[in-house]
Amino acid sequence: MERKNNLMTWVDERLPVSSFIKNHLTQYYAPKNFNFLYFFGALAIVLFALQILTGIFLTMHYKPDALHAFASVEYIMRDVSFGWVIRYMHSTGASLFFVVIYMHMFRAIIYGSYKQPRELLWIFGVLIFLLLMAEAFFGYLLPWGQMSYWGAQVIVNLFATVPFIGPDLAEWVRGDYLVSDATLNRFFAFHVIALPLALAGLIFLHLAALHSVGSNNPDGIEIKLTKDKKTGIPLDGIPFHPYYTVKDLIGLTVFLIVFTTIIFFMPEVGGYFLEHNNFVPADPLVTPAHIAPVWYFTPFYSILRAVPPIFNSQFPGVAAMGAAVLILFIVPWLDKSKVKSIRYKGALYKKWLAAFVLSFLILGYLGTVPSNIWGQIPNFIPLLGGLDLATFVARVFTIVYFAFFVLMPFYSKKDKTKPVPNRVTS
Amino acid sequence: MKKNSLILAILLFPFFIWNNSYAADGSFHLDNAKIDLDDQQSLQRGARNFINYCLNCHSANYMRYNRLQDIGLSEDEIKKNLLFTADKSGELMNISMDTVEAKKWFGANPPNLTVTARSRGKDWIYTYLRTFYIDDSRELGWNNLVYPNAAMPHVLWELQGTQVYKDNQLSLLKAGVLSEQEYDQFVLDTTNYMVFMAEPAKLVRHKIGYFVLGFLVILLILVINLKREFWKDIK
Repeated sequence: MERKNNLMTWVDERLPVSSFIKNHLTQYYAPKNFNFLYFFGALAIVLFALQILTGIFLTMHYKPDALHAFASVEYIMRDVSFGWVIRYMHSTGASLFFVVIYMHMFRAIIYGSYKQPRELLWIFGVLIFLLLMAEAFFGYLLPWGQMSYWGAQVIVNLFATVPFIGPDLAEWVRGDYLVSDATLNRFFAFHVIALPLALAGLIFLHLAALHSVGSNNPDGIEIKLTKDKKTGIPLDGIPFHPYYTVKDLIGLTVFLIVFTTIIFFMPEVGGYFLEHNNFVPADPLVTPAHIAPVWYFTPFYSILRAVPPIFNSQFPGVAAMGAAVLILFIVPWLDKSKVKSIRYKGALYKKWLAAFVLSFLILGYLGTVPSNIWGQIPNFIPLLGGLDLATFVARVFTIVYFAFFVLMPFYSKKDKTKPVPNRVTS
Repeated sequence: MKKNSLILAILLFPFFIWNNSYAADGSFHLDNAKIDLDDQQSLQRGARNFINYCLNCHSANYMRYNRLQDIGLSEDEIKKNLLFTADKSGELMNISMDTVEAKKWFGANPPNLTVTARSRGKDWIYTYLRTFYIDDSRELGWNNLVYPNAAMPHVLWELQGTQVYKDNQLSLLKAGVLSEQEYDQFVLDTTNYMVFMAEPAKLVRHKIGYFVLGFLVILLILVINLKREFWKDIK
């Protein structure tokens, strides 16, 4: 015991380990009323670590070469010891990362966690989301299947719609006139080093900002406002360790049950996590009849398809898709409500939120299917006759999606809120 | 709690009802291939069929011959009976046909079949191999219902016999060596093998999965109790 203390003192004099553990774990006070939605932040960290770890092992065997990429993935699936587990962990991890992040963002939205003083925390979060989308997109090219190839082709071509410099820009991104070996190599570089590095940095900033302002909670009350007069500890706060470390273990175990069920029993998830057509090697001469992005991009893909071209330019669709993500940055300033949490917001806000969630899910679904899936609107209907019904529905819900944000300053101000208690409720 | 489970239900809902269907070239109804990956005899018959009939024009060169040990064949059996295109059982299932020549002969390069069961699905293969019919308008005299205007001729015609397609119905013009039932079983075995070949790990995946889930369920019980123990003084 004596010895250990000596060692710890020796280290602490040179690196503040003990005070770090105190400040960020054993004496870092988190509100005691977290519900299951608060598991997702910790799960995102675990998934990030898992993706890095499995990614390292995949990189040992994968070949970023248009001639060998597809075969090297099959080599991992067959000849590398337990390579299939590692690969399925990585592919399932990518999809579940988005499930977890969407839940994490949903929680932040319903409890108003982006509001003052957590605006910067939210902005770092949205940046992480943006980079994560890029990371997933670059990674999806690597198996070099048909969907990898044509999905990349479609997305890179979005750059070609930018007025004036578009075609040159797309060529610069690809490094070739079409998606090719050059593209695969640079995407590999972005996927395995550039973006993970940037993500790690942003995650650090996200956590640093969190620990400086403290967690919000389902009641949207600042626990730092009611402290014990003697000790200065928030009355509704409990030390993160051990209370939330043991609680997060439950969330983690439940998550692992879902995760491993997918890995061992349904790794393709009916073609949503691993698309069927991606088991056909990339062929620049054969365009698949139906190109669908992986499920986590489909709400945004739907918005892209829904916006009609203006003056023969597809750019408005691309701009709308970009805006659908970028608008998240200004949410802290769009919300004019006096209260943070949905628990004390009125019916008006709840209706808008429900409409938003519904539009996100419907747009997500429509992005996975061809736009003629529901047939056409009959010709006798003026203005809309002949239009694909699914396109029309996607347009309506694209408007709803944006209305949720654009009209937020008005309905959040008008909304009748309930009085907020001083202390958290259980 | 009610609200939470509602949110969860909404979020999980897409995974249960949407099934991203396999890319279909036509809207032809596919028969359900009732394969059984635990049936080693069927898998071995399928391997024999595949290597004898398919692996001349089609390669399967992500698959190694010695992987057939997973379906109960010994290295000796593989060497004696199945090594037509390789010298060592550790080699990949390559073919000697030249791809440039193949394209000249068939109009299309016969695709690598290693993972076709994952791109097309088992039902597609099972139905495709049973719906060839005589069509004089085609260069090689054959057409197919599942994959109209397929470049591939009916390689198995000696076994199945020749079919004609009239009034939306297939009928046997000339019987083959096998009866209809025997031929269906032949195709089913082949399909079974192709599903195995597309993902050999499938044979062990489920077994390992049950152990992992068993471990996690026990862990869950432990961590729930651990949390209760720690949290009992929090009000």
